[in-house]
Amino acid sequence: MGGFPGCLWRHRLASSGEQVEWGAQLSTLAKKVLGVGSAVVVLGVLIGLYVASWATSQPNTIVASAAPPPSGGTQLTLETVAAIGPKYEPSHPDWVSYLVRKDNKWIHSTIYSVPANSVVHVTLYQYDGDSGLRNPFLSQVQGTVGETETVDGKTINSIPPEEASHTFVIPQLGVFVPLPGVPEEAKNQCEFAPCEGAAHRTITFSFRTGKKGRYRWQCFVPCAAGYIDGFGGPMQTLGYMDGFINVV
Amino acid sequence: MAAETHPGTPEPNHARRFTALWVISSLIATPLVIFLLGPSLPPGNGSEQASGHVTDNTVLLAMATPVLLLVVIYLIYASIFFRQPKGGVLEGPAVRGDSRVQTAWVVITSVLVLSLAAYGTVRLLADNGAGSGSGPKPLTVPKGPKLPVQVIAQQWAFTYRYPTYGGVETTHLELPDNEMVELHVTSIDVIHSFWAYKLGVKADANPGVDNIAFVKPTHEQSFEVRCSELCGIWHGYMFDKGHVVSPAAFETWIHEQQTKFAPATKVLPPYSKTYSPEPTRRAE
Repeated sequence: MGGFPGCLWRHRLASSGEQVEWGAQLSTLAKKVLGVGSAVVVLGVLIGLYVASWATSQPNTIVASAAPPPSGGTQLTLETVAAIGPKYEPSHPDWVSYLVRKDNKWIHSTIYSVPANSVVHVTLYQYDGDSGLRNPFLSQVQGTVGETETVDGKTINSIPPEEASHTFVIPQLGVFVPLPGVPEEAKNQCEFAPCEGAAHRTITFSFRTGKKGRYRWQCFVPCAAGYIDGFGGPMQTLGYMDGFINVV
Repeated sequence: MAAETHPGTPEPNHARRFTALWVISSLIATPLVIFLLGPSLPPGNGSEQASGHVTDNTVLLAMATPVLLLVVIYLIYASIFFRQPKGGVLEGPAVRGDSRVQTAWVVITSVLVLSLAAYGTVRLLADNGAGSGSGPKPLTVPKGPKLPVQVIAQQWAFTYRYPTYGGVETTHLELPDNEMVELHVTSIDVIHSFWAYKLGVKADANPGVDNIAFVKPTHEQSFEVRCSELCGIWHGYMFDKGHVVSPAAFETWIHEQQTKFAPATKVLPPYSKTYSPEPTRRAE
């Protein structure tokens, strides 16, 4: 007796010619159902593989370079731009984004690798205008060495919340760094990356990494233009306004 | 229901035998559930509310045990004694219904469900919401002094504001031991949910809503705070570690936070039950 219902029915009803004919019809139907079912399963597997491939694809990991002496530790050089531009991301050229510098080239990635129990020095070129923080509490610098950052050479421990353009925050490490925007009246504003030579703010800060692990980081400014609450699109896509710090 | 009978073998009284089996099993299993399994049920004894949940879970499990045994024992009994003989395809006798069984089934299940509903209602009211978010106007409020703490959710972090300490906002939740805490849970963007599992507290964090929950920690401990409402890409990372400390340690900690976060406190809006942040230029 086969496992398929049609075969079962044919077996049990094989006592009259009429019933055999019905059983044969069911068997044909069973074949059709089996064919359609197999096709659905294959299609489902293909869709699943596509979704899994999409869901697990992520930017390359950029290893922080050694910081120049005498500071020690490692160096991350980042920039934020109002729009990533077609050169880096043809599919979303108008999305706000971070970039990272590696071997004198700007790379579109937000996954960085840094050593455990070390100091990471960050230099960040901020080319975007201000959007303002939804929660003004995050306008204070936290978790950096000295609990401060420098903005265009000036050491500060907080910024006016309405002047925030982005933040660099690693919640699990307690690192909260607000990034002030380029003033609206500034000339030579950058439209989209690459932004060298355009008006910008230069921000520096350092933080300690602690134990090994994978820590996510994100921007807390609702800076995703055109999305509900400013938190869709690039705020919800790895590689733009959030990423991982791999402490190794 | 008819078991295969052999000539000369009288058919046993299955109903009586099954009932005896079920009653004896229930009498053995239910106390075991109450006294052995009950104390280790979640969420533990981190607060008065959490202990209440343990009690409630024990009651539910104790009531469910005879029902579970009824089903399981019947399945096992039937599969042993009402097996179809090998090599034959036999139909059982037609079941026409039994008014006694039907009546008993409706009455017993109704009594069980309604009594549990009554129990749950009483427990919720008696325990001031039992650690759940009770909205801006809770039906019952615990007597005596309470420490108000505002939980502010946003994509993707919780922050905490202490209105009786100058409205200071902090990145971690610290609570004094053995004091009633009045949590005001809200959100400044999308919907979240504040869940301090070990403390038995869970409250939706909705924008524009002041969702109040009461909790009284019963000993010093660390606990995890998680968002339990899918809220975006980093929902799974929206967690934090909280601490219950002695009242003296709490006073020391909160004054440290007041000093540490003085620059941020200056620019915070006045304490409010909810916040409606100005739409930002980008998000418009």
